[in-house]
Amino acid sequence: MTLEMTSGVGGVAGESVGPVKIKPIRPREFKRSDIIVLGVTGLAAYCITWILFDQLTLLSGQLGFVLFCVGFFLGLYWVVNRQLFTRQVAVDRFVAALMTLGALAMFIPLLLLVVFVVARGWNLLSAHVFVATQKGVSELSPAGKAGVAHAIVGTLEQVGLAALIGVPAAVLTAIFINEIGGRFTRTIRVVVTAMSGTPAIVAGIFIYAIWIATFHQGYSGFAGALALAVLLLPTVTRGTEEVLKVVHQDLREASIALAAPEWRTVWSVVLPTARSGLVTSVLLGVAVSIGETAPLLMTVFGNKLMNSNPFNGPQAALPLMAYQQIKLPLQADIDLGYTAALVLFLLVFTLFIVARLLAGGRRRTPGFAALRSRIVNSSLGATEIEQDGFADTPIASYPPSTSTDERDQR
Amino acid sequence: MTLTNDSAKSSRSSFAAAGGLDSIHGEAGEIVAKGVHAWFGKRLVLENVNLVMEHQKVTALIGPSGCGKSTFLRIMNRMHETIPGAQLAGEVRLNGINIYDPSERAASARRHIGMVFQRPNPFPAMSIQENVLAGLRFNKIKTSKTSDIVEESLTKAGLWNEVKNRLSEPGGGLSGGQQQRLCIARGLAVKPSVLLMDEPCSALDPTSTRRIEQTIKEISHEVTVVIVTHNMQQAIRVSDYCAFFLAAENEPGRIVEAGSTTQIFEAPVDPRTDDYVNGRFG
Repeated sequence: MTLEMTSGVGGVAGESVGPVKIKPIRPREFKRSDIIVLGVTGLAAYCITWILFDQLTLLSGQLGFVLFCVGFFLGLYWVVNRQLFTRQVAVDRFVAALMTLGALAMFIPLLLLVVFVVARGWNLLSAHVFVATQKGVSELSPAGKAGVAHAIVGTLEQVGLAALIGVPAAVLTAIFINEIGGRFTRTIRVVVTAMSGTPAIVAGIFIYAIWIATFHQGYSGFAGALALAVLLLPTVTRGTEEVLKVVHQDLREASIALAAPEWRTVWSVVLPTARSGLVTSVLLGVAVSIGETAPLLMTVFGNKLMNSNPFNGPQAALPLMAYQQIKLPLQADIDLGYTAALVLFLLVFTLFIVARLLAGGRRRTPGFAALRSRIVNSSLGATEIEQDGFADTPIASYPPSTSTDERDQR
Repeated sequence: MTLTNDSAKSSRSSFAAAGGLDSIHGEAGEIVAKGVHAWFGKRLVLENVNLVMEHQKVTALIGPSGCGKSTFLRIMNRMHETIPGAQLAGEVRLNGINIYDPSERAASARRHIGMVFQRPNPFPAMSIQENVLAGLRFNKIKTSKTSDIVEESLTKAGLWNEVKNRLSEPGGGLSGGQQQRLCIARGLAVKPSVLLMDEPCSALDPTSTRRIEQTIKEISHEVTVVIVTHNMQQAIRVSDYCAFFLAAENEPGRIVEAGSTTQIFEAPVDPRTDDYVNGRFG
């Protein structure tokens, strides 16, 4: 876009009269030439590493190659930008490249993991998988006869029960630590922190020792839920505590000044304000527990048949099934294990989306946003309206804006 | 208003209700502070404050930062005691009833003595209407006329016309000045006898400040208003009475002088008051 403007008014005397083209600039713009520089630098770094590795020395190994390549690239990139531009630009680009590489270093393994599981589990995935179990499946059965329905049911029940037990306990613990406090606050916080370091297998052994070995309750989905609750508790507690800390003290004071009892303040002011963050911390807890295999080994045991009663008898679970199937010798069994892993991915993904939608509530639905903007439009005569934001940020974010963009002109 | 020497200004207290704070119903109240001291931990921050805040009047508490005005304000609705390590002595009487009497609950005092804070703090998870009704809900006050109360409170706070078409929208979506008026409406909805305001305009721009000051003038016919302010022009504009607080270095805050606003600003008795109101320090 070019701006046109007459330089007559207030212009320097002697300048040409008439429209002058002003070219707007963006000081930090990344132009096409910069992309070329980036590409060429990358190529150069690759070549240098190749010469160093394969021609000059006897170094070998892919990891070393990548690390050297990245190192050369960063060095070259700085030098090239230093030559072409100023020192500031070079530093800016160097740091930006470093950060981007860091993000990639996190993202690539995740991507590879997903691609790996999807690729291995894809060929058996069909609607049939979601309704069938491993009932009557033998070595001679045709591929695609077996399914993971029993494991889906098992996982949902176990994680559901675990959340039912663990989440209220965790939220109450966090409320105690953050809102009420007392002599044991520090002790409890230390215990919770220590718990979050508990190896998953220990949680399984713990429940096995108490529930199964001592009380002779037998393997069941419920025993697994107990073990998962032990794992979920510290994550949700710490998460909730952090979220509650962010709720501004002013709001608690306002509530107390309105003569609200303490429980009222927590229930009607603190928790609703922290709702979005609460959902995130609960999701984190569920995410931790839904993928756990080790505690389930000793508590739910695994089952090839459908057992929808979590309180009686061994059950299947998706992570447990994946683990058990992949150890089997036949390719068909191994494939089914990967399918179970893929279904677990899909399940987690679906749960997260559903939870996010629920957490957003009515304020994020498009209908509401449209209604709001219409009302704002009509009452303000369509002046400045926040068009953005309603879809992805909570409107009622705290601290409330105390900026002076006053709309309430008298 | 005068410094209370036991004899002075006790007439109003005669309409003291028997039966404690819960027997007060919504009429403007008179607050009398007697011998109020306050500590944070071992540090004495307020010493022997005696003050009468008259029925249906606006009293401004002025003074430099750190002289104990806000602490005194918070003592009057028992918010002081919510701070860990905070202690106090003396008594605060609302219509003759000591709010620190062991038989009175802190919640009853706060129910009748509302408060508006320095920073606007509407509850972000509630709509405008829910914000106004929050006090009723918290105190389990049942009423069938909620919409009347919402309209009445918002009208008193001077916000009704701006929000009447969007009562179900979040309170956090309003501008700063509107949010503060929403907080005033929230305080008025429970029909308090007294409304305490802790620098209600310090986070606002001049236009909003004028609106709030107007609101204060209007509501003072129904509730007694006590306002802490750093802005002396504001004290002159809104208040009927003034109390000047001052704390010398390493000493607790005390009231230097109290009286009608005209007297404090035009004919101060104490030279320190004279210096302060004429901007020579603080």
